[in-house]
Amino acid sequence: MTIIAFLEAQDNKLKKTAFETLTAARGAGSEHKVIGVLLNGTPEQMQEAAEYGLTECVNVTHDILNIFSPAAVASALAQVAESENADLVLLAATIHGKEVGPRLAVRLQAGYIPDAVALAISGSDVSATHPVYAGKARVSLKIETAKKVVSLRPNVFTAKKVDAPASPVARSFAPSLGTGDAKAPVSSVSRNTGKLDVAEAEIIVSGGRGLKGPEHFYLVEELASTLGAAVGASRAVVDAGWRPHSEQVGQTGKTVSPNLYVACGISGAVQHLAGMSSSRYILAVNKDKDAPIFQTADYGLVGDVFEILPKLTKKISETVQH
Amino acid sequence: MNILVGISQVPDTATKIVISADGKSIDTKGVKFILNPYDEFAIEEGLRLREKHGGSVTVVSIGADTAKEILRTGLAMGADKAVLVKGDAVDSFIVADNLSAIAKDISADIVILGRQSIDFDSFQVAPMVAEILGWPSVTFVSSLNVDGSAISAERDIEGGKESVTTSLPCVLSAQKGLNDPRYPKLPDIMKAKSKPIEERASSSAAPRVSVQSMELPAAKGKGKIFGDSDQDIAEVVRLLREEAKVI
Ligand SMILES: Cc1cc2nc3c(=O)[nH]c(=O)nc-3n(C[C@H](O)[C@H](O)[C@H](O)COP(=O)(O)OP(=O)(O)OC[C@H]3O[C@@H](n4cnc5c(N)ncnc54)[C@H](O)[C@@H]3O)c2cc1C
Repeated sequence: MTIIAFLEAQDNKLKKTAFETLTAARGAGSEHKVIGVLLNGTPEQMQEAAEYGLTECVNVTHDILNIFSPAAVASALAQVAESENADLVLLAATIHGKEVGPRLAVRLQAGYIPDAVALAISGSDVSATHPVYAGKARVSLKIETAKKVVSLRPNVFTAKKVDAPASPVARSFAPSLGTGDAKAPVSSVSRNTGKLDVAEAEIIVSGGRGLKGPEHFYLVEELASTLGAAVGASRAVVDAGWRPHSEQVGQTGKTVSPNLYVACGISGAVQHLAGMSSSRYILAVNKDKDAPIFQTADYGLVGDVFEILPKLTKKISETVQH
Repeated sequence: MNILVGISQVPDTATKIVISADGKSIDTKGVKFILNPYDEFAIEEGLRLREKHGGSVTVVSIGADTAKEILRTGLAMGADKAVLVKGDAVDSFIVADNLSAIAKDISADIVILGRQSIDFDSFQVAPMVAEILGWPSVTFVSSLNVDGSAISAERDIEGGKESVTTSLPCVLSAQKGLNDPRYPKLPDIMKAKSKPIEERASSSAAPRVSVQSMELPAAKGKGKIFGDSDQDIAEVVRLLREEAKVI
């Protein structure tokens, strides 16, 4: 099978999810051919991807692709997939990936599995597991069409470097794109400067109603900054106006799967668990030993956040420094 | 302005999920079904566009007869027309295929959906409809301005917001925060009960994915739960570093 791994970049740098996508593609086995696809890629990007096992690369070059438009990216990727006769396209289920993947699938008349947390490739069969009902169940789907598209949930497929990176064989591809293809292009981007977003962080420290008021969130922020973590929040505290909606984790907030999720003064309502239960490790701090969060937690501290958080921050900062 | 709003019926967020005997779906016995929360924002935005620009709002759902309930909620909120496409909504491509067919039939200028349906959480119908129709799409819309046929929208992205400008016809998916959905008033709920719901057969598109199995996530091993002493805190920090290796 020929597998295309779409390597998404942002501000001219490959995203971490690009390496995850590449690693997942390589994981299918050496009998498959893996081609990395870059949009207006640079030699630096190719070199960086080589460390994660990129050996063959198609660099799609077109001015229209300098500004993100889901329709233009989908069209360009479909053209590469056709010219390479690819059977499977893998991409990351980032916000942009979630818009490109379904469009690409329609173009290729391909079956599409979104937001996969496990991928199985055997011969020409592709199936993948995807969390449903807010993570309360998992469905395993099989693609029934000849062409296939799967998007991968960020931070689930661990990116692995290879021992001896090779210099990738690269070729350019000029897609046929007109201005009409750049539907709904992005006109400007504003980033929450200086703040790490929960959707991209490897560690998240979240606070809930147990913090008692917005003025106490410094306890959560200090622990987060010690860990290099993003700050998250439960809906209760977002609705109360203590924290911005961009920090909300859960069913009506963001879905996250960091390496470590620290829940402080959060009860663990199903709607909150929906957004974070696929985290690799969960530490809960709550004064109620029967709080549902402890049933999902790997580690727990039963006690008052006001006493535990400062001590935890101090202990971690001592430990991490040594 | 012809406005089409796609809505779906989903289990209430607090539902305890039980897998049915076929191992491929959930057991719906005793499950309370609700209008997908994100679709409330989609309906509300459709109604606001109609109030400002004139035209009509059609709500459509692809599903079983029971989906009439949410279509009536749409009518009670103020939609002009409701359409039920009788079919199975498991394959999102079929949902998208049906929605695009109806969009063509009613010469829709805009199709509005929820950001995701909270049953299958697939985030795929809006871009698919747009691609089938050859239209622009903006997903995760948290703020919208339609001026003539010009659209400017803001969408939530990782760590920020993106502004997008485009034009009608267009497909949008609504994010929480786009608006405050209205509650239907009792007289409107009563009136909606007797309004007609058009029924259509599903398109003949073949499914592109099939369900192999559905299961509950593997139960976690028992967590290591400690008290609040200094030793407890030190032990948790040690475990984070040496066992989990995450700090
Ligand atoms: C449709 C729908 C969608 C929803 N979406 C979301 C969502 O996206 N995200 C989300 O989070 N919620 C969501 N909710 C809300 C959810 O049901 C809960 O209400 C919410 O998560 C509760 O937030 P909390 O844990 O901060 O507050 P609470 O449930 O009030 O819990 C506070 C916890 O703090 C503990 N505590 C109190 N004082 C202390 C102290 N001094 N020290 C230590 N612990 C203390 C308590 O023991 C308690 O467990 C949704 C609900 C609905 C109906």
